[in-house]
Amino acid sequence: MEELARESWWWPYVMILLAGWVATDIWRWLGVFAGGRLREDGELLVWVRCVATALVAGLISKLILFPQGVLAETPMWLRLAAALFGFAVFLTVKQRVIIGVLAAEIFLITGWILIDGGAGTFS
Amino acid sequence: MSDPEGPIQSDRSADAVVTTATWVRRGAVAAISIPALILTAAFVGYAGLARESGLSLTETLMMVAFIWALPSTVLLTGAISSGMGLLPAAIAVALASVRLMPMTMSLMPVIKEPGKTRTWQLLLVSHFVAVTAWVHAMKHLPELPRPARLPFFLGFGIALTSFVFCMTGIAYFLVERLPDFVAGTLVLLTPVYFLCSLWGAARLSADRVSLIAGLVCGPIFFVLTPGLDLLWAGLVGGSIAYAVTRVARRGLA
Repeated sequence: MEELARESWWWPYVMILLAGWVATDIWRWLGVFAGGRLREDGELLVWVRCVATALVAGLISKLILFPQGVLAETPMWLRLAAALFGFAVFLTVKQRVIIGVLAAEIFLITGWILIDGGAGTFS
Repeated sequence: MSDPEGPIQSDRSADAVVTTATWVRRGAVAAISIPALILTAAFVGYAGLARESGLSLTETLMMVAFIWALPSTVLLTGAISSGMGLLPAAIAVALASVRLMPMTMSLMPVIKEPGKTRTWQLLLVSHFVAVTAWVHAMKHLPELPRPARLPFFLGFGIALTSFVFCMTGIAYFLVERLPDFVAGTLVLLTPVYFLCSLWGAARLSADRVSLIAGLVCGPIFFVLTPGLDLLWAGLVGGSIAYAVTRVARRGLA
C-alpha cells in the first residue's frame, strides 16, 4: 500500500509530518513530561545535562567526520583540522563564537583550494 | 507589582499582561544575534540542498517549521529524495533527534513556575528547543525573574524560527544551485557553531567534560553501533562525564 501511496502528490507531506514532525517533537514532548519532576538543584538534572551535552557533542563529531553531501569529498583530516583550528581560535579570542566559526571556514576554504589546485573548486 | 499600596486588582492583572507581552518582545529582540545569523547561514545552505534534492518550496518550508532541528531536517531530506520508506525514515530521524529529550528535560526546571505553568504551555514552547535557543536559555534564563522566563523563551523561539523560515524561503528562490564550494563550507558551519556555542554555554565542569566525552564517543559508537550511535554516545559519554566530575566534586561518597 505504501508503494502506491508513494506515487501521490501528498506522500512527501505525510513523510514530513510523521517521519519529521512526530519523530522529532515526540522527544521534546517526552522531555516536558520527564523533566516536570526534576529539581533545579538536583543531581539527576546534572546527569541529564551531561547526557544532553554528550548527545549534541556526538552529533558534532559525526557531522565533521562523516558529513553529508559535497563536504564529504574533502579529506577527513582537513575537516578535522579546520574544526580544531576554529575551536582553538574561539578559545583564544575570549570565546567569540563568530570568530571561531569564521576561522574554521577560512581554514577549510584555504585547504580545499590548495588541495584542488583551484581546479574545479568553483564549478 | 508586590506594592501593597498598588493599584486595584483589575489594574494589577492588566499590568501582569503588559509585563508578559514585554517579556515576549524582549525575548524576540534577544533572538536578533550573531548565533541567529550563523544558524540562518546554515539554513541557507540547507535551502540549496533541498532544492537540489527535488523538494518543493512548500515541502522545504514545512520541514523547517515542523522539525526545527537542522540535522534531522537534512536526514529526512535525504530519506525523501532517495525514496526511503516511512518507517525506516521515521526511525532514522527519531534516533538522530534523541538529544532533544534530555535538552528539553534540563530546560524544564529552569523555565517553569511550579504550580502556575500549565503543561500545554510547556509542550508549546518545547517545539523551539534546538541547540541555538537551548544554549541561550540555559545561559540567560536563570538571570531573569521566574514569571518572565517562559514568555521570554517563547518570544525568542518565535522570532528565531520566523526569521530563519523567511530566509530559507528567500534563499530557495534566489539560489538555483549553490556552487559545491559554498555548499560544502555551509555544511561545516553547523558542527563548528554547535561546538563553540556549547563550550561557551558551559556553566559546570560537568558540561565541558561531557562535551569532550561526547566528541570522543560519537565516532566510536558510529563504528560499534551504527544507527544507535548518537544514543549510546550520549548515554555512555554523558554518564562517564557525570561520574568523573561527581567524584571530583564530592569524592567517592
